[in-house]
Amino acid sequence: MTMFGRVAFLVLRKDATIEIKSLEILSTTLFFAVSCVLVFAFAFVKEGSIVADASAGILWIAIAFAGTLALGRTFERERYAETVRALLLAPAPRAAIYVGKLLGIVLLLISAEVMLVPLVALLFSAPLFARPLLLAGLLVAGTVGFAAVGTLFAAMLVRSRTRDIMLPILLYPITVPVIIAGVRGTAALLSSPPDEAIAGMWIGLLLCFDVVFVTLALWTFEPLMTE
Amino acid sequence: MTFDFDTVELAEVSRHFGRRRALARVSLTARAGDIVGVIGPNGAGKSTLIGILATLVSPSSGEARYGGQSARDLGGALRRRIGLVAHELLLYPELSARQNLRFFAELYGLDARRVVDAAIERAGLRERADDPVAGFSRGMRQRLALERALLHAPRLALFDEPFTGLDDQAVGLVTVRLRLLAAGGAIVVMATHDLEVADGLVTRVALFRGGKLLLDEPAGAGLRGRYRELVRQG
Repeated sequence: MTMFGRVAFLVLRKDATIEIKSLEILSTTLFFAVSCVLVFAFAFVKEGSIVADASAGILWIAIAFAGTLALGRTFERERYAETVRALLLAPAPRAAIYVGKLLGIVLLLISAEVMLVPLVALLFSAPLFARPLLLAGLLVAGTVGFAAVGTLFAAMLVRSRTRDIMLPILLYPITVPVIIAGVRGTAALLSSPPDEAIAGMWIGLLLCFDVVFVTLALWTFEPLMTE
Repeated sequence: MTFDFDTVELAEVSRHFGRRRALARVSLTARAGDIVGVIGPNGAGKSTLIGILATLVSPSSGEARYGGQSARDLGGALRRRIGLVAHELLLYPELSARQNLRFFAELYGLDARRVVDAAIERAGLRERADDPVAGFSRGMRQRLALERALLHAPRLALFDEPFTGLDDQAVGLVTVRLRLLAAGGAIVVMATHDLEVADGLVTRVALFRGGKLLLDEPAGAGLRGRYRELVRQG
């Protein structure tokens, strides 16, 4: 394994070890996401009838809100004992640390989505499992795009006193295209019959976003993290 | 790429944070075997200087050179030769002492099995090696932080207020370790405002106030008196 890959893996393994010990971020993220979906369920489901496409939007809003929470908490751990400085001192390309953190966030969010998708399908009677592979493609590609930007901003703001306010302010405007693509792609899968071509087109667009966001983040991580 | 050096030099280094000047045209050289005491009141620029030497802070102007080469050209090869002990201990409180050391050993590409047990022994934490660091006393954490920073036998060992919150016994242990490091050929740079400990430990004194280097000379007796006089004169 190259040094880049090894360091990214070590950062991912370290974050996973801490999370498995504490389950802090996964439990708070899940609790928040489930609460969000339940509130929407009470608002949008009346006597068994559901606003069209609402479930697609609610799923992605829950992912985005829960993701923001997870991003903040993940970097709070690195800020607490200034371990982010120890990571940046490692003799590896600093972008490897970004990749390790990104993979950790993506895995965390996918774990939350494994719970969220059946919940949304159940509460909104949404046929989310009609095309499971396309749905998985949308979720993975959308999660990577959202987390790619979020990981960069959360790392950048780790020393800022206003990080809790600044993270959503910076994150949401830039990730709006990802959320829109996710919502429209999911809505296409929920139509009857499922529109696979449209869903595939949105997955393609999400993959383009992923490439652009990850490339930009790899390029800017080191200068942004050097004070 | 293997890289080593025996001098560290700051050449006309300035650093501003917005309109605030943290360092102003500082030139300073440290050699292998030196224990340089970076001394000054709060806000003197000591931590900024340590950050620049650690490559975590970039100078607004001027340059840090390691064996005559710029940090910009060296990247990871240079960081492999730098160790940092800060006031914040740079340890994961949720992980055990062993897990912390193992993580950092692997990050530096070291044989973790070989170096971790030895480091735990040196830190005097054999009985608590598998306990989470969150339950350790300040002294135990500081000893662990010291071993974490020195796992990879750095050429440049940077200490930012290493004695804060330590009892006399822990201060003694850290002091002995610093002397051993310098005797082994490391360049030790220590930012502190604890003149009592610095007096008799450091071999060079760099005195700062308001980001300016007021004094850079071999250490001698009576550091406290000279410090007070210089700070009063400004």
